[in-house]
Amino acid sequence: MIEFKKIKKSFGRLDVLKGLDFSVRGDKVTAVLGPNGSGKTTLIKSLLGMVYPDSGSIILDGYQLNGKADYRSKIGYLPQIARFPENLVTRELLAMVRSVRKAESREEELIKRFGLEPFLDKKLAHLSGGTRQKINIVLALMFDTEYVILDEPTTGLDPRALQELKKLISEEKEAGKTLLITSHIMSFVEEVCDEVVFLLEGQIYFQGDMQELKEKTGSDDLEKAIAALMEETDA
Amino acid sequence: MLNIIRYTFYDLLRSRWSITYMLFFMITGFALLFLSNDLGSAIISLMNILLVLAPLVGIIFGVIFYYNSSDFSELLLSQPLKRSTIFLGQLFGICISLSLSLIIGLGVPFLVYGLFGSNQIFDFLVLILDGVILTFVFVGLAYFVAMKNDNKVKGFGYALLMWLIFAILYDGLLLILLVQFEEYPLDTFSLIATVVNPIDLSRILILLKLDISALMGYTGALYQKFFGTLFGLFISFGLLSIWSVLPGWMVYRTSKHKDF
Repeated sequence: MIEFKKIKKSFGRLDVLKGLDFSVRGDKVTAVLGPNGSGKTTLIKSLLGMVYPDSGSIILDGYQLNGKADYRSKIGYLPQIARFPENLVTRELLAMVRSVRKAESREEELIKRFGLEPFLDKKLAHLSGGTRQKINIVLALMFDTEYVILDEPTTGLDPRALQELKKLISEEKEAGKTLLITSHIMSFVEEVCDEVVFLLEGQIYFQGDMQELKEKTGSDDLEKAIAALMEETDA
Repeated sequence: MLNIIRYTFYDLLRSRWSITYMLFFMITGFALLFLSNDLGSAIISLMNILLVLAPLVGIIFGVIFYYNSSDFSELLLSQPLKRSTIFLGQLFGICISLSLSLIIGLGVPFLVYGLFGSNQIFDFLVLILDGVILTFVFVGLAYFVAMKNDNKVKGFGYALLMWLIFAILYDGLLLILLVQFEEYPLDTFSLIATVVNPIDLSRILILLKLDISALMGYTGALYQKFFGTLFGLFISFGLLSIWSVLPGWMVYRTSKHKDF
C-alpha cells in the first residue's frame, strides 16, 4: 500500500502539489490522470525520492520514506523519456542495471517478448525511439518488484508491442502487484486500469473506479468523462 | 559506485571525442619532441598547452555529460542507489576516462622518444600529474555548475566563463593589480592570489620541478623564494590535492538536496 499524506511541494513560486492526500491499495492498476502541469510527474518523482516534498509524508508498506535508497528495490520504474548512455550497447545497459539491483531478473523472457534480440549488440544511440521504449519497459519490469510505476508507457510503441505491454500489465496485476500508470491515451487507460486518480492543480479532484467516474460525469467512455471533468473544473 | 564508474568510463571511452582528445596529445607530443629534440623544452611547451586545454576539455566534457545523461540519471535515481553513488560515480568515470586519454596521448610519444633513458622522467610525471589534477578539478567544477543550473544554456555559459576566468582573465587581473599597487608590499597578497587558482598552482608545480626561475614570473619567483623548491613543491601539491577534492564535495552536497 502506498499512502500519500498531505504532500506539499512548490518549485519557486509555483505550488505544484498542494496537500495531496490519498492512498493506493495493492493488486490494482491505478491511473494517475490530469491535465498537463497538474503535478503527476512530481507526485511520482516524490514517491521515487527524486523530488523531496516540502511537507507531508509518503508511506510505503508502513515504511516512511526518509531519504534512504534501499526501499527503491521494491519499485520498478519506467521514466517518461527513454534515453541511455549513447555508446553502450543494449546488453551492457541491461547488465549495468542488473548489477545495480543484484536481484533475480527475467530480462531474457522480456527481450524475447518484445523481439529485442537483434538489438542486443547495437549501440543505444543508434536505436529508434520505439525500440528504446521497449528497452525501457524491459528495465522497468525485469525485476520482481511489488510496485510498478509506468510514466507514459505507450510512447512510440507499435501495435504488437502495445499488445504485449497490456498483457504484461495484466500479468503483473494477477501476480498481486500494485501498479501506477500515467498516460494521455485514454483508451489504453480504460483497458488496463481499475482505478482513476484525477489530479487537478496539485490536489486530488477525483478518486474512484472507472464505473464511478463514468456515472459521475454521465458519459460512457473514459475520454469523454475525463474531458468532462476538465471542462467542469474550468467553469 | 564502481559499477557506475565502470559504465560511464566505457561509455566515454568509446566516444569519438575522447579518442580525438588522445590523438591530439599524441600528435602534439610527437611533433614537439621530435622537432625540438629536447625533452625539457617539449615538456614546457606541452605544459603551456595542457594548462589551457585540460581545464577547457574538462569543463566541456563535464557539462555535456551531465546534461546528456540527465534522463538516464533519472533512471538510476529510481534504482536502490544513493545519490552520491550515482553522481560521484559518473564524475569519477568522466575524470578517469579523460585522464586516461591524456596519459596515453602524452605517454606514447615520450616512451617512443626514450623517456626512460633520460633523467627527466620525474618532470614528465609531474606534467602528467598536473594534467590529471586539472582534469579532476575542472570536470568537477563543470559538473557542479551543470547540476546547479537546469537551464543548459546558462549552465554552459557559466562553466565556460569559469574557465575563461581561471585560465585567462585571472592572470591578467592579477598583473593589473600588481602594477597598480606596486608601491605597496604585495608579497602576501600575490602568494595567496596564486594559491586560489588551480591553474596557477599547476604551473608553479611544474616550473618548480623544472627549476627554471626565469619562466616563473613574479609570483613564481616569490613563491620559490618564500617556500624554497622542495617545500614549495610540497605546498603546491597539497593545495592542488585540496582543489581536486573540493568540486567532488560540492557535487556531493548539491546532489543531496536537489530535486530531479
